Amino acid sequence: MKTVYVDNNATTKVAPDVLEVMLPYFSEYYGNPSSMHFFGGQVQKKVDEARAKVADFLGAEPSEIVFTSCGTESDNAAILGTLDSYTERRHLISTRVEHPAIGNVATYLGRKGYRVTELSVDREGRLDLDELRESLTDETALVSIMYANNETGVLFPIEEIGEIVKARGIPFHTDAIQAAGKIPLNMKKSKLDMLSVSGHKLHAPKGIGVLYIRKGTKFSPFMIGGHQEKGRRGGTENVPYIIGLGKACELAKKHLDEENTRVKALRDYLEAKLLEKIPNTLVNGDRVHRLPNTVSVSFEFVEGESILLLLSDLGICASSGSACTSGSLEPSHVLRAMGVPFTAAHGSIRFSLSIYNTKEEMDYIIEHLPPIIQRLRDISPFWKDYLKSQGKA
Amino acid sequence: MWDYTEKVKDHFLNPRNVGEIENPDGAGEVGSLACGDALRLTFKLDEKKRIKDVKFKTFGCASAIASSSALTEIIKGKTLDEAAKITNQDIANYLGGLPEEKMHCSVMGREALDAAIANYRGQKVTKEDFEVICNCFGVTDREIIKAVRENDLKTVEQVTYYTKAGGGCGQCHPKIEAIIEKVRKEMEKGAPPPKPEKKKLTNIQKIKLIEETLGREIIPALKADGGDLDLIDIEGNKVLVALRGKCSFCPSSEFTLKQYVESKLREFVSDDIEVEEVRP
Repeated sequence: MKTVYVDNNATTKVAPDVLEVMLPYFSEYYGNPSSMHFFGGQVQKKVDEARAKVADFLGAEPSEIVFTSCGTESDNAAILGTLDSYTERRHLISTRVEHPAIGNVATYLGRKGYRVTELSVDREGRLDLDELRESLTDETALVSIMYANNETGVLFPIEEIGEIVKARGIPFHTDAIQAAGKIPLNMKKSKLDMLSVSGHKLHAPKGIGVLYIRKGTKFSPFMIGGHQEKGRRGGTENVPYIIGLGKACELAKKHLDEENTRVKALRDYLEAKLLEKIPNTLVNGDRVHRLPNTVSVSFEFVEGESILLLLSDLGICASSGSACTSGSLEPSHVLRAMGVPFTAAHGSIRFSLSIYNTKEEMDYIIEHLPPIIQRLRDISPFWKDYLKSQGKA
Repeated sequence: MWDYTEKVKDHFLNPRNVGEIENPDGAGEVGSLACGDALRLTFKLDEKKRIKDVKFKTFGCASAIASSSALTEIIKGKTLDEAAKITNQDIANYLGGLPEEKMHCSVMGREALDAAIANYRGQKVTKEDFEVICNCFGVTDREIIKAVRENDLKTVEQVTYYTKAGGGCGQCHPKIEAIIEKVRKEMEKGAPPPKPEKKKLTNIQKIKLIEETLGREIIPALKADGGDLDLIDIEGNKVLVALRGKCSFCPSSEFTLKQYVESKLREFVSDDIEVEEVRP
């Protein structure tokens, strides 16, 4: 069976070039970069090169790059490492639509006695910057707001937010895990103090992440251990993965233009055709300020897990914000925060593309999805009720 | 990915008996769009009062569709007395088992069957006094008690898997815990649950109590789901209301009215209250 992989916000294929540069570090070059001998030293040199590539990709200095084990660790380290440096400040600001790597840390801190402000979003998934302005206090230790939403692709105006937050001298972090590789990032021109990146969202393997920490930012290590990463993250460097991430960032920089032209055109084509061919379909989130690769669509009166399994039966891999897919009973917190009605929230499907997708694959989805939705609507008691209410049946 | 059995996959990909019977002998509907799954069951009996034809329509995930399909296959050819004995566990067993988190799909099948049989027998589904425990998913104490008894449930988490109760905001967890404790004690003793007693009211007391109950118990819960309700009139035991907001076009409004509004009023005011909707 043909596999059409359009779930790149979940994880991505490791680029063949990335895998290739990693392999020698599993076998020949197994030295510890911290060692004094030549055998470790040659590895140290390659880690430095990789760090420089990651820094170049983010418009940062190599010394501002801290390698972590994953995006979740980067997010945890950013929040907990900042709060630990500002123990007198007991207030954290975030949003209602963050990834659990931020959202559940905020909940945890709330239980620990911190005051947590979760900014709301409107029907299009956008923030109200006045709400942010009003939330900032002298007690605020950190503002952490995601760059791009993983479910809808909606982009927050991070630089505008940065102006507001930094005017008050408050540390500012963003989870840029979905944004990195899809939109240009330049820390030299940014107001951000910290930024999280995950390797496996940009064609590096799972198990490697980055926390960018601007020079001069107060930060206490989250992973306490050796002197590695200039004392900001203990633990022997995950050398093969760091080398792989360096290559992945080099490629991501090169492919940024393609993401915003060819991939965006494929996404727009898929979105337009699905809206055209399937009645009672709506796009979730701001369609203008959005990642080029993501579309979240809701098909009214049907349920997401059923759609996914029928798609999966045809080799199409997507994801859903429906309740049933997550094992929870409520639809995604993102769609609920946006106020997407229940008729649509349970039937949401996210397609997230990458540079490996083709027009033929979009046509395959466009051909097979409409009959799947029709089939499930024929089983759904609400579809006929709806048609009747519209005088169509 | 869920670990579904081949039988679940088969009944999901090739559901049996999909549709709605015109002029059915019995019809039952449970669940709602808001809850994420719903099942409408219709059946017709033959001259020997056996289920001759049965059809379903389901909105929900793969296991909800498969459970509905399995239910129709199980009850076909049975008398209503035989069918009434079907438990949610029978449905799950027929499918070779369901992931525990998905057991509520089998419970939904059983509840729709109960509702359809009650409908055929002309019984009001709200015959017993019951209280909505979980406002997020509109689950009553009756459903929780039944699930605990039939499936030997021990924890709140299990109750959530089987009935959805407690799967939303979590505020009802202490209430669910109390029900589990009570039911398990009764199961040990083998005693049926006692019914609450109500005193006789004057007309004025009754009207006042109806208004109070609507304002305190019912309208806030409907508003939480984007709905609302206006009291139009009270004629003897008949309470006339108009549904507003989301409720006015919710396909399960009839269900809300009978299962929720009427049962609440019966619980707090009087056993013989009947709620009727006044259409604008």
